[in-house]
Amino acid sequence: MNGKTKRQEFWNGVKGVAPILLGDVPFGLLYGALIISSHITAGAAQAMSSIIFAGSAQFIAAQLVGTGTAGLVVIMVVFVVNLRHALYSASIAPHVKNLNKGWKLLLSYLLTDEAYAVTITRYNREGDSDTAHWYFFGAGLTLWTSWQISTALGIFIGGQIPPSWPLGFILPLTFIALVVPALKDRAGVLAALVAGAAGLLAFGLPYKTGLLLAAFIGILTGLLVEGKPK
Amino acid sequence: MSIWVVMLIGGGLTFLTRLSFIALLHRLNVPNWFRRGLRFVPVAVLSAIILPELTNPNGTLFLSWRNPQLLAGGVAILVAWRTRNVILTILAGMAALLVFQFLLGRFF
Repeated sequence: MNGKTKRQEFWNGVKGVAPILLGDVPFGLLYGALIISSHITAGAAQAMSSIIFAGSAQFIAAQLVGTGTAGLVVIMVVFVVNLRHALYSASIAPHVKNLNKGWKLLLSYLLTDEAYAVTITRYNREGDSDTAHWYFFGAGLTLWTSWQISTALGIFIGGQIPPSWPLGFILPLTFIALVVPALKDRAGVLAALVAGAAGLLAFGLPYKTGLLLAAFIGILTGLLVEGKPK
Repeated sequence: MSIWVVMLIGGGLTFLTRLSFIALLHRLNVPNWFRRGLRFVPVAVLSAIILPELTNPNGTLFLSWRNPQLLAGGVAILVAWRTRNVILTILAGMAALLVFQFLLGRFF
């Protein structure tokens, strides 16, 4: 337990995701710039950023719509690409189980890869508390706002960060900074190594199914190494 | 099917996926191994995201000491391990990437 106020938790959440924004903003600009070339109106393109609110799924959906793919197929692809969020949901669930329905709906809507990564790290380091969900909210709202603004800039003004600026590299670096200190025992280390290697081998599978498969293999490895509790 | 219908259904399914266990886990009688497995979710998913970003920087496999992303990722892992500091890890990783890109472009 810790005695942080709502405001402190909220700002810690904002600060937690801040570095990732540097990598996400160019991604949003690129999405905006690309989607305009795929027969989607500016209004629909912008609405997609708040209705789907998932970068990779939006990218793939925009490309599929642009090539005239049937609507039902696009829906299925968006669903499959976003299936990994069920894992995040399961992982976060024990920490938010005492919140009311409104909070659960709001935080679920804000549950992206980035918000998940920083929020679960906070829960694992500092434990649960009555105000901890404000960290989640601060992180999620910051990402949401920057995603709406950066996609709008890409759609309505255009523009792209020069590709020679490797800002996209900030996301894996941030995830490294979150994962490495969390590796505390043999089961965790092996779960991470096996998941990483499986992710590498399964990289070619379509629509992020390789990521999902790799995560399951990693989790299973962790469980097997840990063994049955005595 | 109009783009709006595709978007609303796709967004609705995404939201329900995100809500799934947050809404239901405390009501479900899940087996014990399921609860124990949750502890491995963050390290497994994030590692499965990280490694291909280092080994497949341009979408194709590039497992070589000439891959600057892979080298810089190694530096970042060391810094993260020693310092446990997010900002230092990002700065060291970006600096290493720029240095390796420059050196590999210039000399190899």
